[in-house]
Amino acid sequence: MNNIIILLLLIPLLTGVLLIFLRNRISAQRWLSILSLLAVGVIAAIIIQRVLNEGTMTLNLGGWEPPYGIVLVADMFAMLLVFTTVIVGICCLLYGFRTIGEERERYYFYTFIQFLLVGVMGSFLTGDLFNLFVFFEVMLLSSYVLIALGGKKVQLRESIKYVLVNIVSSMMFLIAIAYLYGMLGTLNFAHMAIRVSEAGQDGLLTTVAIFLMLVFSLKAALLMYFWLPGSYGAPPMAIAALFAALLTKVGIYSIFRVFSVVFPHQPEITHQLLAWLGILTMIIGAIGAVAHWSLRKILAYNVVVAVGFMIAGFAVFTTTAIAGSVFYLIHDMFVKALLFLLGGVMIGLTGTDKLREMSGMIRNHASLGWMFFIAALALAGVPPLSGFIGKLLVLQGAIGEGFYIIAAVGLITSLMVLYSVIKIFINGFWGENQLTVEDEKMSTKGTLLPSAILTVIVIGMGLGAEFVNVYIMEAAEVINNPSLYIDAVMPNGE
Amino acid sequence: MKVNDVILQTVTKIVVFIIFTFAFYLFFAGHHDTGGGFIGGLMAASALVLLYLSYDIDTISKAIPINYRTLIGVGVSVSMLTGLGSILLGFPFLSHTFEYVDFPFFGEIELATSVLFEFGVLFTVVGGTLTIILSISEDV
Repeated sequence: MNNIIILLLLIPLLTGVLLIFLRNRISAQRWLSILSLLAVGVIAAIIIQRVLNEGTMTLNLGGWEPPYGIVLVADMFAMLLVFTTVIVGICCLLYGFRTIGEERERYYFYTFIQFLLVGVMGSFLTGDLFNLFVFFEVMLLSSYVLIALGGKKVQLRESIKYVLVNIVSSMMFLIAIAYLYGMLGTLNFAHMAIRVSEAGQDGLLTTVAIFLMLVFSLKAALLMYFWLPGSYGAPPMAIAALFAALLTKVGIYSIFRVFSVVFPHQPEITHQLLAWLGILTMIIGAIGAVAHWSLRKILAYNVVVAVGFMIAGFAVFTTTAIAGSVFYLIHDMFVKALLFLLGGVMIGLTGTDKLREMSGMIRNHASLGWMFFIAALALAGVPPLSGFIGKLLVLQGAIGEGFYIIAAVGLITSLMVLYSVIKIFINGFWGENQLTVEDEKMSTKGTLLPSAILTVIVIGMGLGAEFVNVYIMEAAEVINNPSLYIDAVMPNGE
Repeated sequence: MKVNDVILQTVTKIVVFIIFTFAFYLFFAGHHDTGGGFIGGLMAASALVLLYLSYDIDTISKAIPINYRTLIGVGVSVSMLTGLGSILLGFPFLSHTFEYVDFPFFGEIELATSVLFEFGVLFTVVGGTLTIILSISEDV
């Protein structure tokens, strides 16, 4: 019994509820929400160390053994993502303190941030497909509120699209779950895995697996990314950064989990399909990123490219490539949050997100410019920054297995990504300074601290790759070798 | 235009109590049969909605001065605290227990801690439903 796992969800949930009662005490709300995330971060770090030493931990909620009860599984992969989530959450909160405005703070902004994080972390931790659906909904409902909060015209327009897309995909998710339950009689990942490998993954099961893949692709913006640039462009940057760093990653995590533990038996169909989806997503995302001249749009399309890259890396399905994908996944959560926060400051200063109307900001804001430059290089995977190791491992795995197209597309899109962010850098920071300090629409006071934290992490992850790799390898091992996961959840077999 | 709704209001006064009783019954039946906090909560909420429909929001808000948003918070905290209790006692989160107790007059009754959890669900459902319905009605 490891009750410590539930604290990861319980602390933010309780804090979120508590904040409802403290509606008018904004400084109390700020302190409590930061404290809650710090506590969760410490607990997550403790659990990671324990998992490293003792292996995967599980908690049977209510004392009900799987497959009857609901189980939370803290393996290295899930825990690394939880830890990353918390750090990104803290940074976005710090940024939000300065920029989000009292109106939103009064209307439960901090409460819904906590609930959103509960949903995200719960999705990572759960060991049960139906529970995954529930945590998805917790996350989505909070994100609906956060997108619409403030009620500007563009927000309402985008939130309607976002809500409709997600409701349809949730419905398909439920249908897929119903099919699976009808065929397998269980929804516990480990139990499903045992039954699928016993009965063999026949055509019908593979069809349902692909249906499930469709649902997750929609959430992860894999090929079906059409909703993403619009809806990530609508809310304030603190919220958009949180979404960009976390929400699509939950879809990616689900694909990793389901297609490594439950449905790994027909890689020539499912993983091949994932590889092609990944390749197409990279190409389309990169074209979008290169084509646009709006800061928000470029950043949003960069989210799409990264999704394609990670899924393609996973589809190669060797230890090296998976380790690369996991490394890249964690790197991407940090670097996307960083880019969005820096972009938020740039938009805040100039009052526009059109690149052609910005220039010369480096004269008054040198640190902002250099941080953006570092983030841009990290995003493209220039050594020694954090993006390099992940890309290297994925390319190594892809070439080793003969997936030359993935390697080629991965490299070319990296260049296009680099071009798209350097375009922002050149237009925003080079040239004549048109903006005097008095004309700036907001002050950078306090907004650069979260970006600085993230920049340090991005550099640290690259330089300290040796140290980080111990954890990444452990995480990749669990994905690559699902029997570890199954044995941890159901030690006595069926 | 003032609508004459004497009949509706008179009927409501009686029917509301019937619905509340049924909600109460459903809530406690839920431990072993069909029912429970969610269904009981919906039923109770429907009684309140009937009140709001047949009278008007101002009258009922004066008669029942509850902030339904706060009620959601109360409900969720109650449910979570019952789960927290099991952690403090060293059991897995959300563990529940029950005991048969002999009461005078009523006889032997099963007392279960999960009823406390269900109370939280009931509050949350009532709070949630009414928050939604009242905010929609305010729009018009």
